[in-house]
Amino acid sequence: MRDVAIIGVKNTKFGELWERSLRDIVVEAGIGAIEDTSVSGKDIDALYVGNMSGGRFIDQEHIGALIADYSGLSRNLHVPATRVEAACASGGLALRQAIMSVASGYSDIVVAAGAEKMTDVGSEEAASALAAAADREWEGMAGATFPGLYAMIAKLHMHKYGTTSEQLAEVAVKNHKNGYFNPIAQYKNKITVDDVLNSIMVADPLHIFDCSPITDGASALVLAPADVAHKYTDTPIYIKATAQASDTIALHDRRDITTLDATVVAAKRAYSMAKLKPEDIDLVEVHDCFTIAEICAIEDLGFAEKGKGGIVTENGETAIGGRIPVNTSGGLKACGHPVGATGIKQAVEIVTQLRGDAGKRQVAGAKYGMTHNVGGSGATAVIHIFSRER
Amino acid sequence: MSSVPRFWRSLGSRYNLEGTHCKECGEYFYPPRNVCVNCRRMGELESFKFKGTGEIVTYTLIHTAAEGFENQAPYTLAIIKLDEGPQLTSQVIGDSEKMHIGMRVKSVFRKLGEDGDRGMIYYGTKFIPADA
Ligand SMILES: [Zn+2]
Repeated sequence: MRDVAIIGVKNTKFGELWERSLRDIVVEAGIGAIEDTSVSGKDIDALYVGNMSGGRFIDQEHIGALIADYSGLSRNLHVPATRVEAACASGGLALRQAIMSVASGYSDIVVAAGAEKMTDVGSEEAASALAAAADREWEGMAGATFPGLYAMIAKLHMHKYGTTSEQLAEVAVKNHKNGYFNPIAQYKNKITVDDVLNSIMVADPLHIFDCSPITDGASALVLAPADVAHKYTDTPIYIKATAQASDTIALHDRRDITTLDATVVAAKRAYSMAKLKPEDIDLVEVHDCFTIAEICAIEDLGFAEKGKGGIVTENGETAIGGRIPVNTSGGLKACGHPVGATGIKQAVEIVTQLRGDAGKRQVAGAKYGMTHNVGGSGATAVIHIFSRER
Repeated sequence: MSSVPRFWRSLGSRYNLEGTHCKECGEYFYPPRNVCVNCRRMGELESFKFKGTGEIVTYTLIHTAAEGFENQAPYTLAIIKLDEGPQLTSQVIGDSEKMHIGMRVKSVFRKLGEDGDRGMIYYGTKFIPADA
């Protein structure tokens, strides 16, 4: 196996991009990531694209070929392009496929992209498409929604550990504060705990401000073997670990409703592969599709004792400047959550931070960063660890 | 909703709380499974009808309804642990103010939801407080 480096990154603006199509935004991200390096199109050996639900959102499947085509990689170069799907973890998984492709020696220069165009359908249809990431037959047909599933996690977390609605709200407040400094973020408004608690209730105890929004956006990365990375960039960032785990599709079949075992297992595999511990990580992008998801994530990743995620957040330990900055990009909550793009966007943020290019949201002296991308209510978890040094 | 075949295929399970039981390791499954998660190929599954009593593991009051459930909102959705062991997701009917984790419940046969396009009405299992 070869070491792998990331040599180029690019996010589009995240938000309601009504005037732009999926192919427009992917091309912008892909070309941007390539222009971030000295690679040219003919050097590219393969393309992996994370996309959750093109069929539902834009009535278009065969997304891999579409994106290769409109990126100018098909008609003359015939670059192989593969779509990767694991619900909201599609992007993270596309990155993992790209890493394995380079590490194995099958490919040298590989583009990993992620994209979703969610606002071409109404919010009800978008919610219905997202609900397909849960167990349609045995959760959906009982009336479950995604916020509803995470609300049940939140309710039990509060019951077992005394986590409060205010602590959940603190996650949203922090992520909006971080998003304010991220030029691509969907939301640039700072919010307060009261704003969250006074927003409409979606599924008790989750208010609308506890939920990530419906977003359009695309992100892309360029990967190369670590041995040649310096040929293409002065600031390669190295992959120290890629790990993935699965769990039951339905929340009701879990060992413990408040613990995402897929995250716990993937984290264990990632720490072991990188030969690092949670204390070594300088910052992390976690999958905060709902505020409770960030609380569970920091516990399951080893950044807070089980049950203490709420208190750790309330104490400011996850803020920029705190013990372990979480979601410096603004997270899914403020940056936006174009489902197929999220896992790639998380990696773009970590690379930007490790290069020292994050401006006002920079974590001083960051050496090791982590991404945590979840599909559904936790049936897939993908974790990556990145390093400034090889 | 909008999946008639998917729904009718599992009518026995939905109407009668029929799941499966592994004769090898003794675990009960609802919804039914064809492969035991513990024994896999070595397991031996038989069908099993659950009593329908259990308790609330966790719940939520859903205000923004799922498609096809709009005229039921707000409704209580819960994860219920059946007395034989397995857990399932279902609605609990009754005063939402009185719902609590650990509350004893029992199954009833009720309308689940409807499909907007076809006007199909789906029936199946919901739960009510055990003392009701
Ligand atoms: Zn068995």
